[in-house]
Amino acid sequence: MSPSSDYIDIPDSDPLRLDCDKLLAPVRIAYKTYGTLNADKSNAILICHALTLDQYVASEQPVTRKPGWWEAMVGPGKPIDTDRFFIICPNILGGCMGSTGPASLNPNTGRPWGLEFPVITIGDMVDAQVRLIDRLGIDQLFSVVGGSMGGMQVLEWVARHPERVFTAIPIATAAWHSSQNIAFHEVGRQAVMADPDWCQGRYLEFGKVPRNGLAVARMAAHITYLSEEALHRKFGRSLQDLAAKTFSFNADFQVESYLRHQGSTFVDRFDANSYLYITRAMDYFDLAAEHGDVLANAFRGCKTRFCVVSFTSDWLYPTRESREIVQALNAVAANVSFVEIESDKGHDAFLLEEPELFAAIGGFLNAAAAKRGSRRA
Amino acid sequence: MLAPSRPAVHRVDHLLIAEMVRAGSRVLDVGCGDGALLQLLADTKNVDGRGIEVSRERVNACVARGLSVIQGDADRDLADYPDAAFDYAILSLTIQATRYPKSVLENLLRIGHRAIVSFPNFGHWQVRGQLLFTGRMPVTENLPEAWYASPNAHLCTIKDFADLCRVTGAGVERAVAFNLKGQKLGTWLPLTVHNFLGEKAVFMLTRHVLPHRP
Repeated sequence: MSPSSDYIDIPDSDPLRLDCDKLLAPVRIAYKTYGTLNADKSNAILICHALTLDQYVASEQPVTRKPGWWEAMVGPGKPIDTDRFFIICPNILGGCMGSTGPASLNPNTGRPWGLEFPVITIGDMVDAQVRLIDRLGIDQLFSVVGGSMGGMQVLEWVARHPERVFTAIPIATAAWHSSQNIAFHEVGRQAVMADPDWCQGRYLEFGKVPRNGLAVARMAAHITYLSEEALHRKFGRSLQDLAAKTFSFNADFQVESYLRHQGSTFVDRFDANSYLYITRAMDYFDLAAEHGDVLANAFRGCKTRFCVVSFTSDWLYPTRESREIVQALNAVAANVSFVEIESDKGHDAFLLEEPELFAAIGGFLNAAAAKRGSRRA
Repeated sequence: MLAPSRPAVHRVDHLLIAEMVRAGSRVLDVGCGDGALLQLLADTKNVDGRGIEVSRERVNACVARGLSVIQGDADRDLADYPDAAFDYAILSLTIQATRYPKSVLENLLRIGHRAIVSFPNFGHWQVRGQLLFTGRMPVTENLPEAWYASPNAHLCTIKDFADLCRVTGAGVERAVAFNLKGQKLGTWLPLTVHNFLGEKAVFMLTRHVLPHRP
């Protein structure tokens, strides 16, 4: 448990009913908040984090000591302005930064859950967040915002609780996980499971960590977050502190050294089994399948105002997948804005300094706030 | 992050459309450009407005101004919308740049209870004169680009457009032509005069054809 987070506990008396039909309790959900909740509790924005991120959206991450992962977007005077809005960012169910996940203790056995932890879904993550929002006494969120897997949670929030979401901002995401994305995840999971230190998922009991497997998983995944152009610009074929090739399998190339660094630092802050469970939840995500194979059914009748965002060089969640969401929203005449941001930085662009993205989201939120103001007046 | 205030100079066709549209209605502006019409309709008629625009930069600028706009294309994306989703489906100075004007118009009439279409009139005397006397494709204020640089693919005259309305079974509720000075031409003038003096025209259409008398 990270001491710098708040948390709620979901008690045995009121367990989460998971999509796999199992009951889960007790469950702890750790979260951070920024800004102040106003008197009528109408200024709350829920930020849903991506696969390997956490609740430290706009403050220092206690393990890495790095700034919050979205400080460019969230803060005083930023597009998601903490002077105006009350920001809530929970660590997802299944995560490893204070919320209940496979590294937590299984109350039935007194040992870490490991692979006995039930397989969870994006919908289960949302249900856990609903408990948090209930506990905070908030009826309707002014906005639910998230990129990548966070965007899947945004879509699921609207599908399950349309009346509780005034605006929704799904960024660099899709309504279902593509075959290619499932394939990349499977490579990552197999790398973890092939590490002997994984110990069939019971590494915590043996005081081990499948460092190599998890690092390889992260290295493979990290490539998918970038673009060929960005990699080329950043590294090209440059050698790492070398005048010539070493004719060995050392990290001669800068790009190799960079990936190895990404892999090893990731292992220090992330639980291997969490990685398995969360990637699985993403693979299972298919909002159309949950609604009779018609994505539009997920949004029928919803009054939520949408701002869908994609990036030109994102090949993990390409623009055409965002366009599918937009088409489904148009099919039910929902209120939707859709911007494609020109960027060569790949999927990770949503986390980076992208002025067009900031302008779109800031403008969208301002207009929505004005709309809600006039409706109430 | 508030949108910069814009000069209150509005296009005459926009002002006419704003006059035609009922307050508080649901409006889709196809080819909404920089969002000037949507903004005008939001400011003066409190409409629930949406836009479609092909240019990514313009879309992003519209969204940053707080307008509900998606990047899309009149030829491709209108098919996604359900029947009668809007009170008005507007196509302002865009139909001449579409690939399939007839199916675009049919979609507008399907999506909106009413369609409002404005277009540059290729029958205007200036256009006719330029073609007749110079032997070259006309370049005017409404048609500013050279033929090879123009996005316009299907230019038409007011008479041509009236024919298309008949072919698609659209009922013309109102048709207004503007002269070079932006003044409305008198409705008592015959169609031929509108077609000669009108620089651009605005049609308000319904999908219901008025019953024919044999």
